[in-house]
Amino acid sequence: MSARARSQYCTFWVRGLYFGVAVGDVQEVLRAQGMTPVPLASDAIRGLINLRGQIVTALDLRRRLELDDDDERPEPMNVIVRGGGEAVSLLVDEIGDVIDTGERELHPTPSNLPEAVQSVLHGVIPLPEAILLVLDPDQAVEVTAAHPTGGKS
Amino acid sequence: MDEDTEIIAEFLVESHENLDQLDRDLVALEQDPTSRELLSSIFRAIHTIKGTSGFLAFGRLEELAHVGENLLARLRDGDLLLTGDLTGVLLRMVDTTRALLALIEETASDADPGTASGTPSGTGTVDVASVVAELRAALTPESAPMSPEGARVVAEGAPMAAESDSPSDPPHAAASPLPPTVLVLPPAEPEALIAPAASAPSAATTAPSATIAAPSGAIAAPSGEEETGKRGVVDATVRVDVDLLDNLVQLVGELVLTRNQILQRSDSGDDIELTRAAQRLDLVASELQESVMQTRMQPIGQVWAKMPRIVRDLANQLGREVTLLTEGHDTELDRSLLEALKGPLTHLVRNALDHGIEPPQQRLAAGKSATGTLSLRARHESGQVVVEIADDGRGLDHAKIAETAVRRGVITSEEASRMDAKELTGLLFRPGFSTAETVTNVSGRGVGMDVVRTNIERIGGTVDITSQPGHGTTCRVRIPLTLAIIPALIVEQGGQRYALPQANLVELVRVDDLAGQVHELAGAPVLRLRGHLLPLVDLGGVLRLGPAHDPEQQTALTVVVVQADDVRFGLCVGDVHDTQEIVVKPIGRQLKPLAVYAGATIMGDGSVALILDVGGIAQTHGLGATPVAEDAAEAVTEDGTALLVLEVGSGRRAALPLAAISRLEEFALSQIEHSGRDEVVQYRDGILPLVRLAPAIGLAETRSEEPLVSVVVHDRGGERVGIVIDRVLDIVEATSQRSEVGRRPGVLGSLVLQDRVTDLVDLDAVIGAAR
Repeated sequence: MSARARSQYCTFWVRGLYFGVAVGDVQEVLRAQGMTPVPLASDAIRGLINLRGQIVTALDLRRRLELDDDDERPEPMNVIVRGGGEAVSLLVDEIGDVIDTGERELHPTPSNLPEAVQSVLHGVIPLPEAILLVLDPDQAVEVTAAHPTGGKS
Repeated sequence: MDEDTEIIAEFLVESHENLDQLDRDLVALEQDPTSRELLSSIFRAIHTIKGTSGFLAFGRLEELAHVGENLLARLRDGDLLLTGDLTGVLLRMVDTTRALLALIEETASDADPGTASGTPSGTGTVDVASVVAELRAALTPESAPMSPEGARVVAEGAPMAAESDSPSDPPHAAASPLPPTVLVLPPAEPEALIAPAASAPSAATTAPSATIAAPSGAIAAPSGEEETGKRGVVDATVRVDVDLLDNLVQLVGELVLTRNQILQRSDSGDDIELTRAAQRLDLVASELQESVMQTRMQPIGQVWAKMPRIVRDLANQLGREVTLLTEGHDTELDRSLLEALKGPLTHLVRNALDHGIEPPQQRLAAGKSATGTLSLRARHESGQVVVEIADDGRGLDHAKIAETAVRRGVITSEEASRMDAKELTGLLFRPGFSTAETVTNVSGRGVGMDVVRTNIERIGGTVDITSQPGHGTTCRVRIPLTLAIIPALIVEQGGQRYALPQANLVELVRVDDLAGQVHELAGAPVLRLRGHLLPLVDLGGVLRLGPAHDPEQQTALTVVVVQADDVRFGLCVGDVHDTQEIVVKPIGRQLKPLAVYAGATIMGDGSVALILDVGGIAQTHGLGATPVAEDAAEAVTEDGTALLVLEVGSGRRAALPLAAISRLEEFALSQIEHSGRDEVVQYRDGILPLVRLAPAIGLAETRSEEPLVSVVVHDRGGERVGIVIDRVLDIVEATSQRSEVGRRPGVLGSLVLQDRVTDLVDLDAVIGAAR
């Protein structure tokens, strides 16, 4: 089930990194949505959004990948993926095109990438103008609660 | 071909329903063997199956139903009387019919898979012949010619059901030539008998579609009879594909979102017509949403309905005598949860019969009635569905549990010696644990309770066991409110709204007198509330948002008194909004470990609000161990009249309806004055006549040196009477029936309250005595 078989990717940028998710895993892409914060949850969880009556967890990829999150950024976009059997919204900086990588092969992730980034990738596909990081949605949405019991400090 | 498949599918659905009804009827019939109505209902069900299977050329099924029908006809006719054995035979017939239906569902034929190739039937086949032989055997003693009886059957059946069965089949007439044929068949030969039937379906499939009208007509006839019978509920419902329902739920969700957008637009515009239309849309969409959500809810009665049969079979198998009581049939829960609950519940029922309820001799020896009682109760509580399986059997033997656990290597004997009763009970849920002395095929295979717990936890529920040695065991299953629609109080904290399930709500308290009512004990805030101390928890603190207000400047506190199980505490919130019906939605996996949330819901404006889990908050804040007046807890959860329990006449207990009491007062003895022979006190610018309760209900008055007397003030239409008592004990809900025991002037009878016999005061008589 390597990503070689899937050549179409929905792409987006997070902190200058060029990511792709196989189009089959993407449910839809939405503009910034109203969000309800979830106290006690992990930092990466920005809140809950109402997706036509379904409640979807919004996961900030910057924080999930432990990338620098200091500066202000434009309203994040929502990439709704199906990961681990549930719909989860990935908050990204900017949406790119749907691209077709054709016959290009999936390369293993370079080993010097930060662990937080490596752990969510299927691999990378070097393209002429950029290097596409192929995201594994199942891994990306694995976030444990920061405070497992929600107990007192 | 497709049409045939469709007919078969319809036949299967209908037959399964008929069989469920049969199960219930047969068990009911055993209690009331002469009920003509039940017999007719059973007869009809089998007859329908027979007729349709005949048309669809399911030869074996037809034969089975046919013989069963004959037996039933004799029963209905009064020629045979229903015995336990006969019921057993009939139930086996139902089981075999089910097995055949399953076979048909799989292979579109009722012939055993092996028969086509001519090999003898082995495993995975349905043994029809032996059941048929059994049915015939039940018939044989009087299988002599019976045409007169046959005629009578039809005649007598007519008023009940306008029996449409008469033209096609006089069952007895058909029965008589057949029995000998089968009885002489050697065991291997049924296949030969079936062979023609096996080839028949293909003939049926090639039949022109024009004939299809005929069977549906035939099917319609019996269901038409039912309409005139008692099953009105069935007629009022339509079977709908679950996928369609799920789809509807999705669509309604989209509609609601669109409605919200339109509402926003219309609010900002000047178009009055649009505003009006939008408001109407708002109403309709809300109601539609609610109705659609309701369609997913199903009463637990569906599961209860299957239990009489299971209990009967098990009781017979295990040699127990059991009465089954079910309560709370109407308790609704989401169908997916109901589905997931069936297995575990059945297992718990089995356990109760196998391990809980003792064999009759043992029960008699223990001074109990030979017949055990198994109660299944369901109700909504604390925003959860609670299902209880209670037996009055031997209870758990903790010593034996410990011994077994040690023997099985689940724990060491050292560990066992350190465990308390609760921990020992918990051992039951450890994988590979079973306390049955002999392994039966009912339970005790060591795959018991841990599987039950796993299955219940999978749907987010919990299961716990309480037991009283010698008196029985209660298994309590709690299932979360996922997808249920519940009323909730919306509170606000840190600018966000949160929903608190109404079921957890006790009362709302606004505390203005902070210094007088709120105390800090070693840093833990407690609230003085009507003489009780209530632990306070700040919602801002729970969610680590910081306190709702600056504690220094805070002048008042909004406290929501909540309760989960037997833990009660006050939750300080920033603000309280209204109560709403909310639809509980699950939250993502990432948030599941957060015990303080039960789920989330979508508010009217389309935004998401988290639902607080009161039990989870209590747990994570160590409130679980805080004993809170348990009797007061009962007052909230049980239905019934609230009663004031008091002590009077040297430790005797009496109760008054709380509604009749307006105040509790204490007066100094010196305040009591006399007016004529009556005692009175000055009270609220008036004179309050006093009645001493003890003499009024025939008890000796307590000699007391107390400088104060306790008085309950009864106020009726501005006319007040003070009733002098020794002291107030508690407020509880009446949970038991009033008994005539102890009835005397001034006393209506007695009640068991908090396990103590308590006199119920006849207030009118007592007050009458004052005049």
